[in-house]
Amino acid sequence: MPRTDSVVRIEVNGADHEVTVDNRTTVLDLLREHLGLTGTKKGCDHGQCGACTVLVDGRRMNSCLLLAVSAGGAAIRTVEGLATGEELHPVQQAFVDCDALQCGYCTPGQICSAVAMLDEVSHAWPSAVTGAAPFTGPGDLDAAEVRERMNGNLCRCGAYVNIVDALLGIGLTMRGEP
Amino acid sequence: MRPFRYERATDAASAVALVSADPDARFLGGGTNLVDLMKLGVERPGLLVDVSGLERSGIEVLADGGLRIGAQVRNSDLAVDPLVRERFPVLSQALLSGASGQLRNAATVGGNLLQRTRCLYFQDVTKPCNKRAPGTGCPARAGEHRDMAILGTSDACIATHPSDLAVALTALDARVNVVGVDGVRTVPVTELYRLPGAEPERDTVLQHGELIERIDVPPSSFATRSAYRKVRDRASFAFALVSVAAALDVADGAVQDVRVALGGVAPRPWRATSAEAALRGRPATAANFVDAISAELEAAAPLPGNAFKVPLARNVVARVLEDLAEATR
Repeated sequence: MPRTDSVVRIEVNGADHEVTVDNRTTVLDLLREHLGLTGTKKGCDHGQCGACTVLVDGRRMNSCLLLAVSAGGAAIRTVEGLATGEELHPVQQAFVDCDALQCGYCTPGQICSAVAMLDEVSHAWPSAVTGAAPFTGPGDLDAAEVRERMNGNLCRCGAYVNIVDALLGIGLTMRGEP
Repeated sequence: MRPFRYERATDAASAVALVSADPDARFLGGGTNLVDLMKLGVERPGLLVDVSGLERSGIEVLADGGLRIGAQVRNSDLAVDPLVRERFPVLSQALLSGASGQLRNAATVGGNLLQRTRCLYFQDVTKPCNKRAPGTGCPARAGEHRDMAILGTSDACIATHPSDLAVALTALDARVNVVGVDGVRTVPVTELYRLPGAEPERDTVLQHGELIERIDVPPSSFATRSAYRKVRDRASFAFALVSVAAALDVADGAVQDVRVALGGVAPRPWRATSAEAALRGRPATAANFVDAISAELEAAAPLPGNAFKVPLARNVVARVLEDLAEATR
């Protein structure tokens, strides 16, 4: 019988892991079921809701559609790896300050997605609402841009209004405004 | 999900050999469509050959002004590339109009071209579907077909092709370079996709085991004046009801050259060749744009639930061309 499992070496929040997994295992299930990191949430399990968003080598991806075997060698960052000791990541703090959640199930995905989204903004990545106009960075981040860029994260409680406020606040900080 | 073996490809030739030798094998790129289809039970491969790590990840502007895109380039990297934005805006706009930031970071350009339809019946293994299970029938004609095709359909299948990128590449006359066991060949994107006919299970002209290596976009004197517009049920993160990729070259008020391709209306990106031919040399007026695309859409065979796509496509094409003409005035 040919092997349908693999040894996966993967870095998660700075720690190296070597795990034998069934090839069907996604990064999401590896995190939750094998490594005990349950901060990353399973919502739709089809790449549509964004609750499972993690950073893969610094980029946001849906961990439910990423096979663990395919992610071997990658460095993963989850919501558990964002804070520095007791000090929350600025995006986490902004979610607290702006009350940007209700039930909280989508929040780890929203926060991981936002961390990477703001990094994309700092690298002047355009979005669909940018159109043909140039996008120069945090100074061009407005509510329409935030909503478009966070389109892969659904919130069934409808906390979008405060999520947008939280991220616009960080955008102001990024361009040096109070 | 059926258990499967996994091989990480070290070079294109061995990946092609592995998949070609095994009808049960599939290439794995970003996995955003294939892994989803495996969860749904639509795809049940026994072997995945992972090509996502192959060194074909460059975006290169060639000396003649053409663009060369490696098949493993991630959708987001192509979309935000400053030279692509400047010289082929329709490509960037098409990519950014699709999916989410997370999916664009994972999805590869080659995989984007070979993604499967999002037809509800195709994705539901409890339903008949001639594309997924040949000969079982198509419930879409009598059922839910609001987002289905109006052009190029057959009795067997009315599913649409879902890619935005492919629509833009169709308008730009791009070619894909394909590696197979017998060597390399070039396929124009306009000839990559099949119409369903009696064999809707075959989306493309590629043989099992052929791998897209790169995409070449030829130089164009007017691709800088191109745009993509997408109409859908919600403002973001949805497939197209109708989309349009267009490029327009106007001089002295007359159309010198034009490219129009439609998405969301056919089993493949629909190049509006008769509309293009009707417009060349004619005054670049709103009325002429409407006449040209109306003639193209006379071939449409809509169903009761998707007849709205005919006027929608006409209006969106005319509007995009008007905007491009306005921008060059």
